[in-house]
Amino acid sequence: MSESQDFVSRRTMLKTAGATLGAAAFARALAPVAEVVEELGAEEFLQKHYREMTPAELEVVLRRIEADALENYGAEVHVRDVRPREGVQFGYALNLSVCIGCRRCADACHRENNHDRRTNQSYIRVLEMQQGSFDMEHGDATYDHAVPQPGKYYMPVQCQQCDNPPCVDVCPVEATWKERDGIVVVDYDWCIGCRYCEAACPYHARRFNWEAPEIPAEEVNPDQAYLSNRIRPQGVMEKCTFCLHRTREGRLPACLEACPTGARVFGNLLDPSSEIRWVLANKRVFVLKEELGTRPRFFYFFDE
Amino acid sequence: MQTKADSHWVSYPRFLARALWSATDGGVTFYAWMTGLTAIALVGAHAWATQVAQGMALTGMSDHVSWGLYIANFTFVVGLAAGGVMMVIPAYLYRDHDMHDVVIVGELLAIAALIMALLFVVVDLGRPDRFWHLIPLIGRFHWPISMLTWDVVVLNGYLLINLHICGYLVYMRYLGRTPDPRWYVPFVMISIAWAISVHTVTAFLYGGLGGRPFWNTALLAPRFLASAFVTGPAFLVLLLQIVRRVTTFRVPESPIRTLIAVMRVTVLVNLFMVFAEVFTAFYTGGAHATAARYLYFGMHGATGLVPWIWSAVALNLFGAVVLLVPALTRRTALLDVALVGIFVGVWIEKGMGLIIPGFIPSTLHEIVEYVPSLIEWRVTAGIWALGLMVLTIALKVALPWMQTAPAHSHDG
Repeated sequence: MSESQDFVSRRTMLKTAGATLGAAAFARALAPVAEVVEELGAEEFLQKHYREMTPAELEVVLRRIEADALENYGAEVHVRDVRPREGVQFGYALNLSVCIGCRRCADACHRENNHDRRTNQSYIRVLEMQQGSFDMEHGDATYDHAVPQPGKYYMPVQCQQCDNPPCVDVCPVEATWKERDGIVVVDYDWCIGCRYCEAACPYHARRFNWEAPEIPAEEVNPDQAYLSNRIRPQGVMEKCTFCLHRTREGRLPACLEACPTGARVFGNLLDPSSEIRWVLANKRVFVLKEELGTRPRFFYFFDE
Repeated sequence: MQTKADSHWVSYPRFLARALWSATDGGVTFYAWMTGLTAIALVGAHAWATQVAQGMALTGMSDHVSWGLYIANFTFVVGLAAGGVMMVIPAYLYRDHDMHDVVIVGELLAIAALIMALLFVVVDLGRPDRFWHLIPLIGRFHWPISMLTWDVVVLNGYLLINLHICGYLVYMRYLGRTPDPRWYVPFVMISIAWAISVHTVTAFLYGGLGGRPFWNTALLAPRFLASAFVTGPAFLVLLLQIVRRVTTFRVPESPIRTLIAVMRVTVLVNLFMVFAEVFTAFYTGGAHATAARYLYFGMHGATGLVPWIWSAVALNLFGAVVLLVPALTRRTALLDVALVGIFVGVWIEKGMGLIIPGFIPSTLHEIVEYVPSLIEWRVTAGIWALGLMVLTIALKVALPWMQTAPAHSHDG
């Protein structure tokens, strides 16, 4: 009897030792996470969805983002909350006859939107296409030669701000949605990083922050908005917002300003006197992958 | 009645303590097995922690191929969980008594596989700290529009149903009582329909994306089910043979025969559906076939998946031949090799062979290849090790008590 009791207590002791050792090893294995948790404040962890925050709560968040930019990037920035304007529906058009594939649009986007320098990220991808063909399979987005090449034309692709956006449908936490003026946005502080939207997008328009962006302090664009070009956290999705921090205040998107050939047209679809309305009325206009029913707000046209 | 209700407050904690004791008690082989699995799981945990801290750039994924090994494994283990139902149907719908004695093995497999599936989703998140955004009522649950929210519902629901059934049956055995069919048979019936839905929803996750022609096919959900009903039984037959060897639990021969009979059909249905998709793609050609062409033959010098998929085809064909020739099926060693082959074959076909070509070529028709990084392999191995730990513990706790049951008394 006492022998078996001894046996049981020895077993119990061994098991306790094993469990302790296991727990210690587990804690050790997960140590890198503990560091991240320490950096992540309770406030940030519990932050509400953009559309649920009161103006006062949002104000606190905006100041915190500014403080984070100073701490992590050494940059003095100003982060605003810019809301859609009444009576405005944005649309974009691009003239394929005059685009020369110089990719200054992509570069301007890169700088305006505080993209990661190391990967040279941009929301715009320019395809070099074979003249006489619309088969993207014979296009090339990684060309590295003088442009324009004879026999080629160039097709920049960015977010099409679809009216029936598949990316918004699939998001399991409503971290991405379509705003009243037609711009599809992301709450970078709500996204869980599942990348389902990236899989759903037919235009390769979404970009994931595989790690925290790297930008030298002097290159950070300090004019920022919560839903557009503020420096994105690691592990979340981002996308083109038609530069809403500019366009909602009456300015033009950075890609349009950078275009040397005037291929890009941007404006309010509800304004009959706007240039975009003139293009839609007078040019032969088409959209990409119309058959998918995404109803893009980004239009392409040729002069002839 | 009062005393009976009160007694659960005492006996249930006692039952849990007893379960914990027997889960951690065993011979040298058991400790060696569990220590080995713990070591692999810890390596995986550390790899995941590193990935969370430094970012998912440590994986082989990119904006072009945004899902990789994790989601490939997720898809496969959901099928494994659903495949467990192939024991439940004979046991409860066809009243197969021998199957009834071992059906709990299938239900426990479902539990272990579901835990793995949930973990594979968690390790794929860029911001796991924000998981609570996905909890209904607390976060913003995009139901019923997002298929991913449906998946959260069906996976967790299936896990709870199986935990309830197994937990209830084992607890009743512990108390020495006959389980009351009212407390588990309805849940068993629900679990049969639920198993189908679990894998259907997972297929719709991909099949619903219009921008990905490789996945955008109505055949995807039937294909998922067929392959689940191949891998589930394959794993269970192997598992039952191991249980027979390393425990004193009585495993009758007829459940194994039944599972093999199921596989004879499903392995052919699965191969036929793969063939039907290959035919549609290649006979038509053009843009519809690009992903299939990349997968089977490579494209513009990019051939990352070609050896994978042809190994899968060979393994599946080999397995089918062994299963369909009765003389070969009777040779246990050969049968086991075939089952392992089929298991690995479907793991490739439904994992890397399904997820990766969905992204190659990309939606702008670029070809960017994907190779899993060492971090991804470590995390994946860690989750598989953890799944095997869960399964081992569950069997270890449940089987001795299930065996003490009076035969067939719990017939529903």
